[in-house]
Amino acid sequence: MFGKLGLDSIPFYDPIIVSLMIMTALGGAVVLGGVTYYRKWGYLWSEWVTSVDHKKIGIMYFIVALVMLVRGIGEALMMRAQLAIASGGAEGFLPPEHYDQLFTTHGVIMIFFVAMPMVIGLMNLIVPLQIGARDVAYPFLNNLSFWLFVSGAMIVNLSLFIGEFGTTGWLAYAPLSGIEYSPGVGVDYWIWALQISGVGTTLTGINFFVTILKMRAPGMKMFRMPIFTWTSLCANVLIIASFPILTATIALLTLDRYLGMNFFTNDLGGNVMMYVNLIWAWGHPEVYILILPAFGVFSEVVATYARKRLFGYHTMVWATVAITILSFVVWLHHFFTMGAGANVNAFFGIMTMIIAIPTGVKVFNWLFTMYRGSIEMSVPMLWLIGFIIVFTIGGMTGVMLSVPAANFVLHNSLFVIAHFHNVIIGGVVFGMMAGMYYWFPKAFGFKLDEKWGKRSFWCWLIGFLMAFMPLYVLSFDGAVRRMSSYGPTEWQPMMIVAFIGACIILMGILSTLIMVAVSIKNRHSMKYADMSGDPWDGRTLEWATSSPAPFYNFAHLPKISGIDDFWRQKQEGREAIGTGPYQDIHMPRNTIAGPVISLFSLIFGFALVWHIWWLAIVGGIGMFVAFIARVANDDIDYYVPAAEVERIENEHKQRLEEYREWVKQHPEEASHLQVRMQG
Amino acid sequence: MASEAVSNHDDHAHPETHDHHDTGSIKVFGFWVYLMSDLVIFGTLFATFAVLLRGTAGGPDGSEIFDLPLILAGTFALLISSFTYGMAVLAMTAEKVDKVKKWLWITFVLGAAFIAMEIYEFQHLIHLGYGPDRSAFLSAFFTLVGTHGLHVTFGLVWILVVLYQLRTKGLNDMTRPRILCLSLFWHFLDIVWICVFSFVYLMGAL
Repeated sequence: MFGKLGLDSIPFYDPIIVSLMIMTALGGAVVLGGVTYYRKWGYLWSEWVTSVDHKKIGIMYFIVALVMLVRGIGEALMMRAQLAIASGGAEGFLPPEHYDQLFTTHGVIMIFFVAMPMVIGLMNLIVPLQIGARDVAYPFLNNLSFWLFVSGAMIVNLSLFIGEFGTTGWLAYAPLSGIEYSPGVGVDYWIWALQISGVGTTLTGINFFVTILKMRAPGMKMFRMPIFTWTSLCANVLIIASFPILTATIALLTLDRYLGMNFFTNDLGGNVMMYVNLIWAWGHPEVYILILPAFGVFSEVVATYARKRLFGYHTMVWATVAITILSFVVWLHHFFTMGAGANVNAFFGIMTMIIAIPTGVKVFNWLFTMYRGSIEMSVPMLWLIGFIIVFTIGGMTGVMLSVPAANFVLHNSLFVIAHFHNVIIGGVVFGMMAGMYYWFPKAFGFKLDEKWGKRSFWCWLIGFLMAFMPLYVLSFDGAVRRMSSYGPTEWQPMMIVAFIGACIILMGILSTLIMVAVSIKNRHSMKYADMSGDPWDGRTLEWATSSPAPFYNFAHLPKISGIDDFWRQKQEGREAIGTGPYQDIHMPRNTIAGPVISLFSLIFGFALVWHIWWLAIVGGIGMFVAFIARVANDDIDYYVPAAEVERIENEHKQRLEEYREWVKQHPEEASHLQVRMQG
Repeated sequence: MASEAVSNHDDHAHPETHDHHDTGSIKVFGFWVYLMSDLVIFGTLFATFAVLLRGTAGGPDGSEIFDLPLILAGTFALLISSFTYGMAVLAMTAEKVDKVKKWLWITFVLGAAFIAMEIYEFQHLIHLGYGPDRSAFLSAFFTLVGTHGLHVTFGLVWILVVLYQLRTKGLNDMTRPRILCLSLFWHFLDIVWICVFSFVYLMGAL
């Protein structure tokens, strides 16, 4: 009846998990009770859950990512604490089995359920605004993508309390992940979490690719698009071309595990190295899916806060395109030790080194943008400067790893761990934190607290350096990755430093949460409120509309005549956007199909993990019926009447007037950014 | 979003605003992009098949198990179904709903015949003890051919949905792009099948 699932699947014997369970249950009860007490279910349902508004979907992606980040950093702290004490052969407090689960879930969560939703969330929030569109090409699919991603995240979280997660590392290398060596449900949780959220990601890729190509405002040619849109476009090309490889590879592993096939088995003709090749043929483009949009964020940030046009716009675009293409011909550098031979290794080594060239172009572009700019040392600018330093170090250790001969020594050592945290934290995380601070006013209508923002940055920067620089040193002494204890006691001091570094990173995350809380508390004060819609004196179109942007984004679609057109309009004093007469606006309706299909996908995935076949059939049929019901629905769009548009736009204009009045009366409090407003 | 929005069912009777995007063409374009990503899945499976071709583990290789005349018959059923689908699209452009339905039914029957052939082939092989768990080669074979078959099956269900919608809604701005997308899908599966037939069956039978 319930397949492999029984009461003994719940790990009551593990005190860590039981206390987590109690905390989660209490936290959940508080949240659900709060929503009920304040009668917010209807609001949540109609304004958020069923929303097809790309801005709200982007915000929801980011919120889920922050929640998962808390789990991910918790796992990181447990691992670092374990290694800080498990020296000289001591066992520490984590049994090896639990430790293996931790490094697996840490990797899976941080990449798939933190970094990806942050990147996709920012894309959702900003790309349609930057290209002057009212929505994405397929609003319903956008909602569906988000909820499929949530299903995947739920499956990972269920594995914490019911059964176990994989112990195979985040990419589940075969044959370890095969049924022979991983007979439990851990790898199945991994499979269905990634498969379901991966389908959502593929749909997002298609959606934004089409949005950027087909929905741009009149006059916005490709080479007039903001760099963040460009990098998003390239990231989506990578998603479209690489995620199907992941889907297929996981499907093959599924067939091996469920139907006894022999793709990646040791015997009966299977080929285990094919798994490693396939997973990295997706995996390497994946890291560029994450980093390219971060590059885009920094390109926007540097131009805004240096108050200069981005240096080398065209080279920036071509560097992005070059990285996009090169990212498909370097995958073998993840396993030079496979033994493919000197020539093959040399090819992939050289290709990997070549990627450093367009990346270097970008670094110089950012530096030259700052050169002779009137730089404002705001929070995103700090993230940018930290990024340039940290990411460059990470890039250089990457080039070291790309030398096949050196790689044979460094493979599977802590050097690799230090390197990729160096580029992912220094690149992706710093980029997302900068983007969050920069675009927060556009999403919510008020700015984030600067003091806590700076504290968060310094904690992350110092914490990162303390946590990962020691790992480079340890790797030269022979410390390998994925070990739950070690013999040499002389490693322990460095391990303790790394643990302290991880604690400082935790303080950085707490500072971020405090930053949000403080800003929410003060949102109505003039220091925080963004009444103009353009708090940083920005250059791109998202700042041309009010904050938060109205659900239709633009009352009139803007007409574009060059790069940074909004900036030029401001310089020439002709911001035409926001005057009547208005027209009716065609908008998509909310949908319940996305959440319903995703709920059934969750049931489907969970049932397959536990081999509850009847329930899997229920889930499958549920998804199909919900989809058909959506397809049969004709009532999917409506018109916003011009009068309604006029009312909303007038409110915005009124706030703008109030703001200008306030600036006139408080010239000392208005920074140089608001000079324009006085005129 | 508390707007007092009017519901507008026949939105195309509404005066076109200057910033209105052509949703039909955007749908078809997006479907092209989806097909390209689907092609990457097939590409991965073809690559897998090529790698595992010699992984027969003492079991049979292609030349011992392929029944070429049967496959050829199925191939022709599928190729002709592409032609008949083309006729359905032509009838759609000519606004002849009944003809569209007729050609779609013929397409459905041909596609179903192809699937019947495939099911027969698969169960026959399994019956002989050459199931997908016998060797890596057979795993790759069943998966590649079966994935195509699943796509065709999905296409058959889609045809039924379109036929139903043609009955309830007729030809309109909603059904038209769907028929075009399904057309792309159907021809795409034909092209994939030509590759399967050439690389798996013909080269395997050598």
